[in-house]
Amino acid sequence: MAGLPLAAAAGTPSPGAVEQEGPSVPLLALDTLWFQVTGTICNLRCSHCFISCAPDNHAFGFLSLQEVEGWLEESRAYGVRDYYYTGGEPFMHADLPAMIEKTLELGPVSILTNGTVLPDHRVDPIARAARESRYSVEMRVSIDGPSPEMNDPVRGEGTFDRAMAGVRKLLDYGFLPIITAAQVWPPERDEEVRREFMTRLRGVGYDRPRLKILPRLKIGREQFRDRGYGPGERVTLEMMEDYDEAQLLCSSSRIVTSEGIFVCPILIERPAARMGYTLKEASRKFDISHKACYTCWLHGAICSNYGAAGRDAV
Amino acid sequence: MPSEPDVRGPLAVFGGVYSNHLALEAAVADARRREARELYCLGDLGGFGPNPDKIFPLLLDAGVEVVRGNYDDSIARALGDCQCGYTDPRDNAFARISYDYSLTRTSPRWRAWMNELPSKIRVRAGGHRVLMCHGSPRRTNEFLWDSTSSTQFLDRLARAQDADVVMVTHTGLPWVRELPGGGLFVNVGVLGRPANDGGTAVRYALLTVDEGSPAVEVVSLTYDHEQLAHEMRAERLPEEFVETILTGWWTTCLEILPAKERARGRF
Ligand code: SF4
Ligand code: SF4
Ligand SMILES: [Fe+2]
Repeated sequence: MAGLPLAAAAGTPSPGAVEQEGPSVPLLALDTLWFQVTGTICNLRCSHCFISCAPDNHAFGFLSLQEVEGWLEESRAYGVRDYYYTGGEPFMHADLPAMIEKTLELGPVSILTNGTVLPDHRVDPIARAARESRYSVEMRVSIDGPSPEMNDPVRGEGTFDRAMAGVRKLLDYGFLPIITAAQVWPPERDEEVRREFMTRLRGVGYDRPRLKILPRLKIGREQFRDRGYGPGERVTLEMMEDYDEAQLLCSSSRIVTSEGIFVCPILIERPAARMGYTLKEASRKFDISHKACYTCWLHGAICSNYGAAGRDAV
Repeated sequence: MPSEPDVRGPLAVFGGVYSNHLALEAAVADARRREARELYCLGDLGGFGPNPDKIFPLLLDAGVEVVRGNYDDSIARALGDCQCGYTDPRDNAFARISYDYSLTRTSPRWRAWMNELPSKIRVRAGGHRVLMCHGSPRRTNEFLWDSTSSTQFLDRLARAQDADVVMVTHTGLPWVRELPGGGLFVNVGVLGRPANDGGTAVRYALLTVDEGSPAVEVVSLTYDHEQLAHEMRAERLPEEFVETILTGWWTTCLEILPAKERARGRF
């Protein structure tokens, strides 16, 4: 990207007239391209869904197969490493199998699902394509606790049993799904919850369960106040000084939606997070002074390498 | 940086040694038999195996040029952990055991030596620009697996380094990818433990560069793994590690495996 000197040469206001800039994160490389393939449309209506997905939320709509093919083609020149499918609920899209087949020609795929709508005529062709590809297809199933008592109040009545049946089905098709759980329990119950998860998953025949618990903040806010960060809970320039920006999703990915390309899956409801309508436009740096960025900054700091993996459950 | 030295092939490129001095010794002998002119090791010298000091004289005697891995970086600077970034508590517990063992049993002399290792080695071989590094050219602890690295991505990494051939390790599983321009991206595997395939052999890569396009062979190497198991037990290293050496199946640090690689293993 053209840096400041060029912009200045092109006649932008002199440094004195430039407003104090907030912290921003450059797109270091487009490693991951996300497709919000079913928009905000989901068969569930989870209480903690940060983008308020629901059966009747049409704020963001479906992407068509042709659109996805177009983006895949455009993405090649960026050397994209992998592709993520999210929603809403991706399995509500009739063309999901065709999209996954097409994507696997280029690279690996992750699908973020709630596991409660997995019709055979969609799972089967994806399983076949996964077997034939050199690339992995990761199925990430969100279940927020190892029991209906813990999960259902958050995700809806009956969703625990339905998602576990989904896990069983994915196993039958040869997948090794990754169960992604938001840590909705107190930290002191961690060990116990993990054990219970393992028991439950083994109970449906998953003999080597893959479980990711999205970490909770292990560092109290006090620590940040000690270091002199303001009470505003915003990322500041100082906070970015010794920070490895590669830990933030926005340094390595973008998400395609029906309403254009956004900086990350978390901020799609913010108009300022719409980066444009081509990957080129969307490659500019992003001002991370949103409240959600502060949370992201904290999580990135504690989950290091797997920070991104810890954040991608929707 | 001076321009990269010209070397003649074949090049033998070893991945993580994990203190497996018996495999290292066998690999050096095997590479010589195959007339390798240059020997390299891409780092992760310690961890997992017994008696970490044993491998250093072997590397020096054989004239192996060594890249700094994340493990070496941690041990050299006595960091809190191995920088593998596990999140699973069981994986972390095992990583802790081997890290603490390696840290206390590596002598200061070799820790200082590791602290001088470069993060990349570049050579020119048969007209090809060869880049050797640990995890990926852009990050020492980035895992490059076969099933999660698109060819277009590997091509981008190679281009960014002006390299025709890129060689990495760090994951433990070897693979070879041909790049669109005729170049190669290679994960050389590791000498430290078998490739999670039910066999006890370990792997390294032999790069041939002299005639036309570069070609690589992933060499499957047998060594006295029973003796290694014996030494590991004598050092009271976890029986889970010994089992991997004796059976060829990984028993720990499995969370990092992508779906395809995980499905091929037993655990
Ligand atoms: S959290 Fe996931 S499953 Fe729940 S409503 Fe949102 S998109 Fe649907
Ligand atoms: S929410 Fe996180 S990933 Fe999104 S722009 Fe802010 S810091 Fe980046
Ligand atoms: Fe490593």
